[in-house]
Amino acid sequence: MHDTMVDYEKQMGLENFHPSLVKGPVGINMNSLGEADLFGSEPKIDARGVNFYYGSKKALNNINLGFLPRRVTAIIGPSGCGKSTFIRLLNRMHELVPGTRLEGEILLDGLDITGPACDAAELRKRVGMVFQKPNPFPKTIFENVAYGLEVNGVTDKELIRGKVIDSLKKAALWGEVKDRLKDSALGLSGGQQQRLCIARCLAVEPEVILFDEPCASLDPISTGKIEELILELKKEYTIIIVTHNMQQAARVSDRTAFFLMGELIEEGRTERIFKAPRDKRTEDYITGRFG
Amino acid sequence: MMNTHESAIASVPPVRQPARGRKKRGLTQKIGFAALAACMAANIFFLGAIIFFIGLKGLGAINWAFLTQAPRDAMTAGGVAPAIVGTLYLTLGAIMFALPLGVASAVYLTEYSPKGWIVNLLRVSVNNLAGVPSVVFGLFGLTVFVKYMGFGVSIISGSLTLGILALPVIISASQEALVAVPQSIREASLALGATQWETIRKVVLPAALPGILTGVILSVGRVAGETAPILFTAAAFYVKGYPDSPFSEVMALPYHIYALMTEGTHPEEQTRIAYGSSLILLALVLSVSMIAIFIRQRQRKTYHA
Repeated sequence: MHDTMVDYEKQMGLENFHPSLVKGPVGINMNSLGEADLFGSEPKIDARGVNFYYGSKKALNNINLGFLPRRVTAIIGPSGCGKSTFIRLLNRMHELVPGTRLEGEILLDGLDITGPACDAAELRKRVGMVFQKPNPFPKTIFENVAYGLEVNGVTDKELIRGKVIDSLKKAALWGEVKDRLKDSALGLSGGQQQRLCIARCLAVEPEVILFDEPCASLDPISTGKIEELILELKKEYTIIIVTHNMQQAARVSDRTAFFLMGELIEEGRTERIFKAPRDKRTEDYITGRFG
Repeated sequence: MMNTHESAIASVPPVRQPARGRKKRGLTQKIGFAALAACMAANIFFLGAIIFFIGLKGLGAINWAFLTQAPRDAMTAGGVAPAIVGTLYLTLGAIMFALPLGVASAVYLTEYSPKGWIVNLLRVSVNNLAGVPSVVFGLFGLTVFVKYMGFGVSIISGSLTLGILALPVIISASQEALVAVPQSIREASLALGATQWETIRKVVLPAALPGILTGVILSVGRVAGETAPILFTAAAFYVKGYPDSPFSEVMALPYHIYALMTEGTHPEEQTRIAYGSSLILLALVLSVSMIAIFIRQRQRKTYHA
């Protein structure tokens, strides 16, 4: 696992980089770090002019942020900055909380998902989510992964079985659970449960996966496995990860967005954000002066 | 590292309490625990005493004929088989009516209904319903099911009346069970593209089932043993043969016991049969509960590691 991580950091030019070492804009030639993604592309998800209110309290203020396909975008920021609030808009999970209001538009492949024309259940099949705390169903391991298929109308037992195995393999959990698929998912360790939740999400074949602080309750080894998995998954999916952990953002993401008090302060290539933040507040945050 | 740690601990002056204060607190704790243990013992004593005396007085009356035959010779001989059958019918009928209705109401109240004062009022009303004396339910059943709806004195009238009696217990147990299902697994289901209804049916209800079954267990005990609600709606002192339709009058164990102790001309013989019937009623309630407990345990095993 470590080797992959090291390779990745080399490839990203991050091998000598540790966020805590950064004290301010270091001597980097800014021209070599253009803001366009190296791979350049239309955003998969595009939030435009998004304002969000809990009752009369404004939680997000004029967010304009795009997410590129097959890239990992990290959203960082101190507690209460609105980063979790923001990604819950992307699959409309915010609707579970009564008394909220959303302004602006959020485009998925160019089509607005905020209006009544878009069915929330259909949207959530395309935009999957992995939560802060592992939340497997109190069912067997197999049933957990099969659940998404069943609610989406798949009835062919063989097909379901194949998909379940496939998803568990993709989530790097198959080897650990293949002999106990009929055991309760609650018997797994925290890290295994979180990978099960990822497998459950993958089974539905989403296009985008939202990770809401997926490692917040995990130990470092489990965290490493999840991060490794995220790097693997980005080959196929658009990934957005909210994280408290700046090292994690640096390790897994291609792009980073920094939120502060409900506003998007700065977004760009991860390397550039960490080495040469343009905004003083970003710099203060990543150097640990607050947050 | 260890050393600095230990010395750090050693350097903290121990918190000293005046000796008298410490002694007093220790004594208070001992008295407290003793009182709790005494309460528990009293509980067990009464429970044990009930089972002991019913067993002592009832066991003598019970034999195979008692379980399988109808009463003979003006209730002084024979068995109580029709009353056992009647109680089973009434209890099962009541649960079949109250369980779906109660669970559905609880699901509506916890999952769907808009939060507000109307729902709170409904909740309070449901709880108050549990406090209504059972004879009042009996009169209600007489007016509505027996007379107005024309079911007559019958299994169906009795089952419906008992079902209404069981409803508040089932609703509040189900509500508690549903509220205890973590929000996080509801979110997990919705995030996979399930609708709210699918989420409730496939995730929330299975997770809440053990708690719901606890409500069923409690209400089976109550329903099977009630006399007043079936007094005017279902029960008869003596019915020839076994019920052949839901509209038949039936004998039932609790009413049978009541009748044996208050009517008739051979008090000694009747008392013996009444104790025998009580023992059977206890066993019946216990075995129906055991079935629910068994289902609950199996569910817990599958779902809760």
